[in-house]
Amino acid sequence: MRWNRRAFIGTGAAAAATLSAPMLRAQGRPRVVVVGGGAGGATAARYLAKDSDGAIDVTLVEPTRSYYTCFFSNLYIGGFRTLDSIAHSYATLASGYGINVVHDWATGIDRDARTVRLAGGVSLPYDRLVLSPGIDFVEGAVPGWDLSAQDVMPHAYKAGTQTALLKAQIEAMPEGGTYVMVAPPNPYRCPPGPYERISMVAHVLSQTNPSAKILIADPKPGFSKQALFEEGWGRHYSGMIERLGPDFGGGNVRVDPDSMEVDIDGELVKADVVNVIPAQKAGHICDTAGLTEGNWAPVDGHSMVSRLDPDIHILGDATAQGDMPKSGFSANSQAKVAAMAIRGALTGSRVFPAKYSNTCWSLIAPEDGVKVGAAYEPTEEKIASVSSFVSQTGEDAALRKATYEESLGWYEGITADMFG
Amino acid sequence: MKRWCLALCLALAPPGAAPAEEEAERLGDAARGAEIFGQCSGCHEIGPGARHRIGPHLNEIFGRRAGALEAFPYSKGMNRAFADGLVWDYARLDAYLENPRALVSGTRMSFRGLKDAQDRHDVLAYLRDFTASPRDIPEAAPTALPREVDLPPEVLAIIGDADYGEYLASECLTCHRQDGSDAGIPSITRWPVEDFVVAMHAYKRKLRPHPVMQMMAGRLSDEEIAALAAYFEKLE
Repeated sequence: MRWNRRAFIGTGAAAAATLSAPMLRAQGRPRVVVVGGGAGGATAARYLAKDSDGAIDVTLVEPTRSYYTCFFSNLYIGGFRTLDSIAHSYATLASGYGINVVHDWATGIDRDARTVRLAGGVSLPYDRLVLSPGIDFVEGAVPGWDLSAQDVMPHAYKAGTQTALLKAQIEAMPEGGTYVMVAPPNPYRCPPGPYERISMVAHVLSQTNPSAKILIADPKPGFSKQALFEEGWGRHYSGMIERLGPDFGGGNVRVDPDSMEVDIDGELVKADVVNVIPAQKAGHICDTAGLTEGNWAPVDGHSMVSRLDPDIHILGDATAQGDMPKSGFSANSQAKVAAMAIRGALTGSRVFPAKYSNTCWSLIAPEDGVKVGAAYEPTEEKIASVSSFVSQTGEDAALRKATYEESLGWYEGITADMFG
Repeated sequence: MKRWCLALCLALAPPGAAPAEEEAERLGDAARGAEIFGQCSGCHEIGPGARHRIGPHLNEIFGRRAGALEAFPYSKGMNRAFADGLVWDYARLDAYLENPRALVSGTRMSFRGLKDAQDRHDVLAYLRDFTASPRDIPEAAPTALPREVDLPPEVLAIIGDADYGEYLASECLTCHRQDGSDAGIPSITRWPVEDFVVAMHAYKRKLRPHPVMQMMAGRLSDEEIAALAAYFEKLE
């Protein structure tokens, strides 16, 4: 068993004498502030606290008290998970790992003074800062849509109330109604995500509303695991799903939230549900802190340190790092490299070469799971893919079922790795 | 019994296919294999009328998918091998006979393995006599070089750097549970070092079929595998 804060505190008065030494050292403990409590930030905070044995003072800033994972939120839409089952609290990170969990918004960074400003007025000083803010949407990306329309035309691309709203809208569709997805251009969070969502919507509709239609307006010529999804849609949901790629005007879309109409290349579609997933960019704080080039925050793959500030590490969807997809798995993998590098810099612990990996599972229909993944290593220019695999079309039911069950095991594994 | 089967094999072999006897000779000495099979016959039957006993019967084993026989209660490990698509070809049977748990974690076949390569050749020649469909065996496969799961002693002797293992293990723990739970994904904690090392090399050499693990193990050096084994052996 590793040194652990709970056990340490539990030793009580008998250990009072030995407490004085670490307390003295604690006054000079280096401070790491982590902004964002998702797959990148929660993992980084946990590994920093766990592996530094209390030598680093770790503060995690996250506005929500209940975190809903984006991964598996499609399975909630499909009826395979409850919303509660994808909700996680920060209680263990606080009580079991001694992390200061602050539920507030980080509104700005003073890079010269090395402080993070919180909406509540407090400024947090740091020696190293970890930013894992996820995504925001590019304004004006889908004409007619902005954030004020999200309660009518949900994006459901940040999990929680948005996901619940979309699910309720799907379940309330009239018989034979139409669901339209406006799919995002590359790069965006979770490459197979929109198409797994289509699969889950089709699964629900095929059970409850089989004459309903699903239309995808897609600005991309191709998409992740396309052959696998299209094979599965043909097998499970024949005739229900239509996708308009860019050659059919799928990239020329305007929406009207008042009339619930979608204009696809001049053709008006009256829809019952419109799921708008706009083009994306790094979480807003990266931009306000001057850490972006274009829409994303460039980082060095050897340690996930910002290419624009040596005291700031940036993780996950917000980064421009190279070949890794924007996924929870990637952010979790990057967090461990960053945590190791930060510990090395602040406490002199051993530093090893960075290794990264990613696997994205998707559910096409009940017990029909597929996956794609790759291993990565840093070069001077980027994080580069060194090997990869993808599920094959025509796999038998036993393998697909095993893949789905594997994804359930992975969910338990990664959420334990994030939240303790 | 063997002669009876051989006659049947010859009778069933499609015209032009090499007689089973010839293939078997190239594999090894089936007669010697029959003697060695005495170590297996406490659990496995083979030949006409063979039934499942402690282990499944072994008729038609070449080219059969692992864990595929009906009415045999396979272990979780063997069911996973079935789902992953493990097929009993020469190389995999050879690896399994050498160290069953290296190829299929959690198999109930509690057999320490045949360490001598010639013993395995001979036993496989004997088993081969009871597979009547040569079309299931890839051309040339029976005499192709079997992949060795045999690790040089110096690889097995590497003392793993557990600190490095702890860092490398963080990558494993995205999927495998630190608490040893094995729902959907196998547990990898508290394994004996040698089993861990041999299993990872079996993935690295693509003897084990799982694509994620082949990829993860494929980029690990001998030292890194030893480091992981050292770390996970101690993880509680």
